[in-house]
Amino acid sequence: MAVATSSSQVLNNVEAVRATLYEALKNDDKVVILGEDVGSRGNVFLITKDFVKEFGTERIIDTPIAEASIVGIAVGMAMEGLRPIAEIQFADFIYPSFNQIVGEAAKTRYRSNGEYTCPMVIRTPYGGGVRGALSHSVSVEALFYHVPGLKIVVPSFPADVKGLLNAAIDDPDPVLFLEHKKTYRLIKGEVPDGHYVIPIGKADVKKEGSQLSVVSYGLYVHWALEAANQLENEGMSVEVIDLRSVRPMDRTAILQSVRKTRKLLIIHEDNKFGGIGAEISAMVAEEALFDLDAPIRRLAAPDVPAMGYAMPLEEAYMSSPAKMADAMREMVKF
Amino acid sequence: MTAKPSAESKFERQGLTDEQLVAMLRVMILHRTLENRGFALNRQGKIPFASASEGHEAVQAGAAMAFVRGKDILVPYYRDLGLDLGIGLTSYEVMLSLFARIDDHSGGRQFPHHYASKKLGLYTISSVIAAQTSHAVGAAYALKLGKEHGRAVLTTFGDGATSEGEWHESVNFAAIHTLPIVFLCENNEWAISTPLSAQMGQPDVYKRAEGYGMPGVVADGFDPIACYAVTKEAMDRARHGGGPTLVEAKCYRFLSHTTDDDDRSYRSREEVAERRKDDPVPKFERLLVEQGVLTPGALDELKASILAETNEATDRAEAVPYPRPEDLFSRLYEGPWEPWQ
Repeated sequence: MAVATSSSQVLNNVEAVRATLYEALKNDDKVVILGEDVGSRGNVFLITKDFVKEFGTERIIDTPIAEASIVGIAVGMAMEGLRPIAEIQFADFIYPSFNQIVGEAAKTRYRSNGEYTCPMVIRTPYGGGVRGALSHSVSVEALFYHVPGLKIVVPSFPADVKGLLNAAIDDPDPVLFLEHKKTYRLIKGEVPDGHYVIPIGKADVKKEGSQLSVVSYGLYVHWALEAANQLENEGMSVEVIDLRSVRPMDRTAILQSVRKTRKLLIIHEDNKFGGIGAEISAMVAEEALFDLDAPIRRLAAPDVPAMGYAMPLEEAYMSSPAKMADAMREMVKF
Repeated sequence: MTAKPSAESKFERQGLTDEQLVAMLRVMILHRTLENRGFALNRQGKIPFASASEGHEAVQAGAAMAFVRGKDILVPYYRDLGLDLGIGLTSYEVMLSLFARIDDHSGGRQFPHHYASKKLGLYTISSVIAAQTSHAVGAAYALKLGKEHGRAVLTTFGDGATSEGEWHESVNFAAIHTLPIVFLCENNEWAISTPLSAQMGQPDVYKRAEGYGMPGVVADGFDPIACYAVTKEAMDRARHGGGPTLVEAKCYRFLSHTTDDDDRSYRSREEVAERRKDDPVPKFERLLVEQGVLTPGALDELKASILAETNEATDRAEAVPYPRPEDLFSRLYEGPWEPWQ
């Protein structure tokens, strides 16, 4: 349980994003925020509430409903020396900006051989479990992690949100920052005061264990921890790794853990086919197959477009601590 | 609608000095000479690809003359060789790009004429149509936010680009924020094989400006002085807080889209021949000689110097090595990068 100390405070994930953005705006005049309803409304989750009063409409920009140019304009701002933080209101709306992210932002440095760079952040809430239906629930990381030139961050704890968002804003290259919306108010944690940075591309072992490595990210890290703690009570020792970034990915941390526990379970909310777990499985199979005592297993969403609005459809799509615990038990006992 | 040649009887120099007029002519002839060299090198098997902008010389030389070097920003498209030359790109840099050599702006990664030079204020672009328009708007926003008075962004595109949703989004945003930017449409009537009539319901791009709430102006794209005048007025307005302008220059693409295209499959030789009669390069040569801006002898010397420059740039660039295989991995991110294996 998070307890505030004199040099920290307990925040939920929304508050951690908000506090970090506020500090960035305060510390650097070149930081601007642009997106739909970020100004007078203060973002649909109130992340930027009242920012416009302090920083003005020139730096907190309510854009037209035009996702492709929200990102494209941010690319131009970044090339001209600003530090734009573009917001896509829901990850489900990011598709119109696909070219600007993949074809433009990710290639700016590469195609100009370093002459121009694109230091920008694209923040977007993603994920389900909130009755978001087909267009307010999706995970988009696998659509983007294929792309060299991007960095993709998916934090799950408030302290990581702050450290990684600071890293993303400071980063000289484009960063896609994915915030799981179910964790926004659900997850609270101690967040150190002052400016600090957590390096992008470093995983974190959230729980040490010896019989199974569980690799996850986002909301499911919390559920995996719940399941792993339950197994602890049953006498089984499960290690839980929070990737925190999916590009670059911390292969060292994954391999280190797998070589210790000799079993790997990958859990993610995104569907299985071509997902993050596919790459991790392939990498571990290539690097550490003969260190394994059990087949690699992936626990991921079914191969359908997204979760339905009706509760049974959402529940059937999403995993749960109980489903995770079942998979973990089977793996440990294998 | 076809572009009407401007009346040559009355010479309107729009405040341009003789030196400026000759400089514009030089850019036009150099543009064409380098481009023809690119096609020749392709046929010789020395370069894999070249793209065409014959017919765009006047609009580009005119617009470039309205660009203030060291201050303004150019966000071009890939058919802007003359505009790039007009703001200071050298023939050698053009040849490095055509030959895909290691010293090319992109290190031999990009297609020809995708330059990137902060010194020139020349932005990096991809080949995706209208993807650069929002970048130009973002740069203009940065100028405005930084209170960089007296600076403006010039961004260009073809008629086909105006069909893209992102083009609309970008122009709209510039209007909302009164940004210091000029949108210059080089309307050459063809988007590879698709004619204007299959691209838009009426042929005048500039008329859309009213819908966005900004001035829209049109010029004869074969008349470099007219193109200079409209671009200059628009850039001056942008530089001094007057907001964006949509400028349309009506020109024509004389050649196939690129060396990989064959325009005989989609347009008649008669149409092209008819438009060739108004070819802006010989027309401007004649005009300047007739008006006594330069003598026939000086014109010959100019052409000879451009040919010599093109030859020298060709030989010099060809001698530069290709990028090395390991250069594939450089400058993807800042600092060293360990590719996923």
